[in-house]
Amino acid sequence: MNEPGIVIVGGGMAAARACINLRANDYLGSIILVSEENLLPYDRPPLSKASIVDAAAHEPVLLLDESIVASLNVDVRLGQQVTAINRSEKTISLNDGSKIPYSKLLIATGAKPRKLNCPGGEFALTLRDHKDTVLLREKFQPHKKITVIGGGFIGLELASSASKLGCHVTLIEAQPRILMRGVPEPIAKIVHDRHLAAGVTMIIGTGISHLTENAVHLTDGRVIAADTIIAGIGAAPETKLAADAGLAIENGIACNAQMQTSDPDIYAAGDCASFPHELMGGKRLRLEAWRSAQEQAATAAANMLGGAKTHNNIPWFWSDQFDLSLQIAGSAELGPNTITRVPAEGALVLFHLADDGSIKGASGIGIGNAIGRDIKVAEMLVAKNAKPSPEILADPTQQLKTLLKA
Amino acid sequence: MTQWIEACAKDDVAQEDVKRFDHAGHTYAIYRSPDDKFYATDGLCTHEKIHLADGLVMDHIIECPKHNGRFDYTTGAAKGAPVCVNLKTYPTKVEGIKVFINIA
Ligand SMILES: Cc1cc2nc3c(=O)[nH]c(=O)nc-3n(C[C@H](O)[C@H](O)[C@H](O)COP(=O)(O)OP(=O)(O)OC[C@H]3O[C@@H](n4cnc5c(N)ncnc54)[C@H](O)[C@@H]3O)c2cc1C
Ligand code: FES
Repeated sequence: MNEPGIVIVGGGMAAARACINLRANDYLGSIILVSEENLLPYDRPPLSKASIVDAAAHEPVLLLDESIVASLNVDVRLGQQVTAINRSEKTISLNDGSKIPYSKLLIATGAKPRKLNCPGGEFALTLRDHKDTVLLREKFQPHKKITVIGGGFIGLELASSASKLGCHVTLIEAQPRILMRGVPEPIAKIVHDRHLAAGVTMIIGTGISHLTENAVHLTDGRVIAADTIIAGIGAAPETKLAADAGLAIENGIACNAQMQTSDPDIYAAGDCASFPHELMGGKRLRLEAWRSAQEQAATAAANMLGGAKTHNNIPWFWSDQFDLSLQIAGSAELGPNTITRVPAEGALVLFHLADDGSIKGASGIGIGNAIGRDIKVAEMLVAKNAKPSPEILADPTQQLKTLLKA
Repeated sequence: MTQWIEACAKDDVAQEDVKRFDHAGHTYAIYRSPDDKFYATDGLCTHEKIHLADGLVMDHIIECPKHNGRFDYTTGAAKGAPVCVNLKTYPTKVEGIKVFINIA
């Protein structure tokens, strides 16, 4: 029998990227990828956007199609769930009772939507995978009443998609405003107003009492009739396997900055993992972000092959709603001093500076790609721990790029 | 066959920058490199058809403003996730103050 090789649990973005990077790093041994899904790894961001509204984009966008799988020589096992990690014998167990030995293991199990725990919570649909999207697409017929619980990114993107398809959409958020976590208020307000302008009914600062099949009952007594109820109230990292195996868990599978778990032969990457981030003040982060899942997988892949790569990529995220695109790089929290730039009409970029003048992050929103370039420069400034001139940051007639050379 | 068309004036594109040029229903991107040479590629990212002219030019790299896909605009080569399909490039020439591209 062959030497045990690298085994990957999960079949999402982090898993796909790990396969690509292991081969790019000249690893010639075996790679076995086990995914409980029946599809080859595919892209999740379109699931709430194009895959719902655009008839031409109904098929999943594969990250590894058959030909890439063949060229990378990955043994992909679809429709199989990993049920245990047996660290002492370095094997994993599958739901069919079989075992697979590993030399190094990558856990890339992602996250799963949180369920509403109020009475009737089971009437709310959630979105994480392609079959969820197929179901939502059936439900989003013109004039249907769609009620979305939760004003986070997934909830807002679904509200936008349903509204574009001609549904009557209501969005309910218990917090005092939408996008409370990580998005500065002026940007959340632009998003809020855009939803209102499109005819979405926004109910903010009101909790849910209970659900029935066709209505959402609010804590203030109001009843919102709904053909379809969706909960977009966040996702929980998929940590059960790791926890059962005795690995350290801390808001996700706790890794060091090399994406290595508390077992030196086991790594984790993507939405399931947390790690300390040097440029973010050593704070432990767990991100649910598409680019970061790829970057973490790249770090893990390099280190599983004996590298010593530290993960210090700047977190970056985007969201699309209606004609607006939002991007966030770095951390707004670490930069309490805000510098505002208006790069184009209707666009807004906020730079988040710490008290010592160093830039910690930037948040932007605008129509189309109005802010992509500025956010990119900001990200590079954060990576350099730069202290950019607030005057230039605020002045849209000045090219931000000049700050990189300073 | 050659078909040179006037794309812009030299000064329309700053050094180490990019400008969009539309012609006959097609979008191009015109680049001026840090060493003051002009280059042209298809104007839309090969990932999701986003205008590259809204992106950031760094040396010989154009980075897409949407998901940070990168291309070497001098060769069109895709330089990293999520882009994997190369960009088509077009020859350029400068005559006086005008920049021409060959779209044939
Ligand atoms: C609808 C939606 C829209 C999004 N939009 C954006 C966006 O606009 N911008 C952005 O930056 N990010 C976005 N994201 C986030 C981004 O898609 C995630 O960060 C990324 O998918 C994380 O990749 P991952 O590999 O860590 O996890 P996942 O993609 O969740 O993959 C985990 C995989 O592991 C499998 N698995 C789990 N447990 C087991 C087990 N025990 N055995 C076998 N298989 C298992 C799962 O079924 C799944 O296939 C979005 C996410 C969703 C769901
Ligand atoms: S559209 Fe250019 S990287 Fe995605």
